[in-house]
Amino acid sequence: MNSFQYSRASDVADAVRQMGADPTAKFIAGGTNLLDLMKEDVERPTLLIDITRLPLRSVEATPGGGVRIGALVPNSDLSYHPLIEQRYPVVSSAIRAGASQQLRNMATTGGNLLQRTRCAYFYDAVTPCNKRVPGSGCSAINGINRGHAILGMSDSCIATHPSDMCVALAALDATVHVAGPNGERAIDLADFHRLPGDTPERDTNLDRDEIITAIELPARGFAKNYTYLKIRDRLSYAFALVSVAVGLEMDGDTIRQARLALGGVAHKPWRDSEVEAALNGQVASPETFERAADLLLRPAKGFAHNTFKIDLARRAAVRALTQAANGTPQSQSSKKIV
Amino acid sequence: MSQKNKYAQAPNKLSVALIVNGTAQQLIVAPWTTLLDALRDHLGLTGTKKGCDHGQCGACTVLVDGRRVNSCLSLVVMRSGAEVTTIEGLATRDNLHPLQQAFIDHDAFQCGYCTPGQICSAAGLIAEGKAKSDDEIRELMSGNLCRCAAYPNIVAAIKQAMTVMAGKS
Repeated sequence: MNSFQYSRASDVADAVRQMGADPTAKFIAGGTNLLDLMKEDVERPTLLIDITRLPLRSVEATPGGGVRIGALVPNSDLSYHPLIEQRYPVVSSAIRAGASQQLRNMATTGGNLLQRTRCAYFYDAVTPCNKRVPGSGCSAINGINRGHAILGMSDSCIATHPSDMCVALAALDATVHVAGPNGERAIDLADFHRLPGDTPERDTNLDRDEIITAIELPARGFAKNYTYLKIRDRLSYAFALVSVAVGLEMDGDTIRQARLALGGVAHKPWRDSEVEAALNGQVASPETFERAADLLLRPAKGFAHNTFKIDLARRAAVRALTQAANGTPQSQSSKKIV
Repeated sequence: MSQKNKYAQAPNKLSVALIVNGTAQQLIVAPWTTLLDALRDHLGLTGTKKGCDHGQCGACTVLVDGRRVNSCLSLVVMRSGAEVTTIEGLATRDNLHPLQQAFIDHDAFQCGYCTPGQICSAAGLIAEGKAKSDDEIRELMSGNLCRCAAYPNIVAAIKQAMTVMAGKS
């Protein structure tokens, strides 16, 4: 780790002011990803601004029927919060599918959004990587790319976003509340993370002197027909090769409204409005799901080692839609996929 | 001072007050000192192990304010005022903690390197109260790797300790 100074922010305005005053500062909360990257010499902040004492730890119902989650709520607490378990079980499930309980006890809701890719070349400070050193090249495109993107990648970067929670938040149309020197603004989660394009060094549309204060979930939680299905190399404590969050609003056998987001396949949680539109109003059936999954993976492109993910994602999407329609969500403790 | 920039300047050391295994401690540390290094190198509590140092193995697991965390990914300056419990703080003077006894009874380790982290993690798991079945214990213990693969015996030991501790409360 490089040497750095440490300071504490006393409130949100102070945090924003301190960040604005130092172009090489970073906020730290859970620290589970940032400290790891600092040990690898990938992140080299000269000042860490500790935001853990800011009053951003509540989970509250909103007047509109939704829920507002403070940015510092630990992932574990959010997963087990009664409002989330009852009204947004796909969020609880996705959180429990990621990391370990120790890490979930430390990691925060806001930090989960800002975690960086686990691309091995991004982590290896001596190989070219456009995300780490813009313009240096992408080592993954012609390297070991088994875990890399099959959708939305560019010639500069084929990294994936590692979060499970964000895949569920994407399916639910969450909103990210942020504060900055010019006040507060809200960003749709769909617009929060970016595709790599030719600026893969920018993971999100958050400005560097802005801070996440809360995540808001709208009223519709798909608590009856949902699933979070995660496929990985071992049964727990591994990043997704492919994951699928699904929420369905059913009327008998007919899908009134469908939401589907893929994880592990792109630089951001992947949603496709055309696919969801193709599901709406259809009878839930294997044919309907196969057709939607084909449409979902039509733009997919594989590299030397990850072409298998295209069919894996297609089949995982069919399975997840089936689980959601049947009201039999994937268990995150018994690993049997039914 | 000539040409001193902030990169060249040694950061100020910081004072941290902690309660470790029931004893108040005052430390003077550089900002980058992890809780793990503070416990091992500053306080001489070497029961907590450094395995991967990247939050991937769980050997460094301790309880902070009753919750299990990876001490390798925690800066001690951020834990000012916290109560920390390590493997050294679980037993009472004459009695092993029920988890320590259960790990012996079930032969739940071979080399023993992961064991302090396993036991602290299991203490956190029991306090959380979410794991009931074997599947749930395995899932909620997945942050603790055991390269000797004592996993079945670790699950059995945790179940025994759960029963013993439920009987006492």
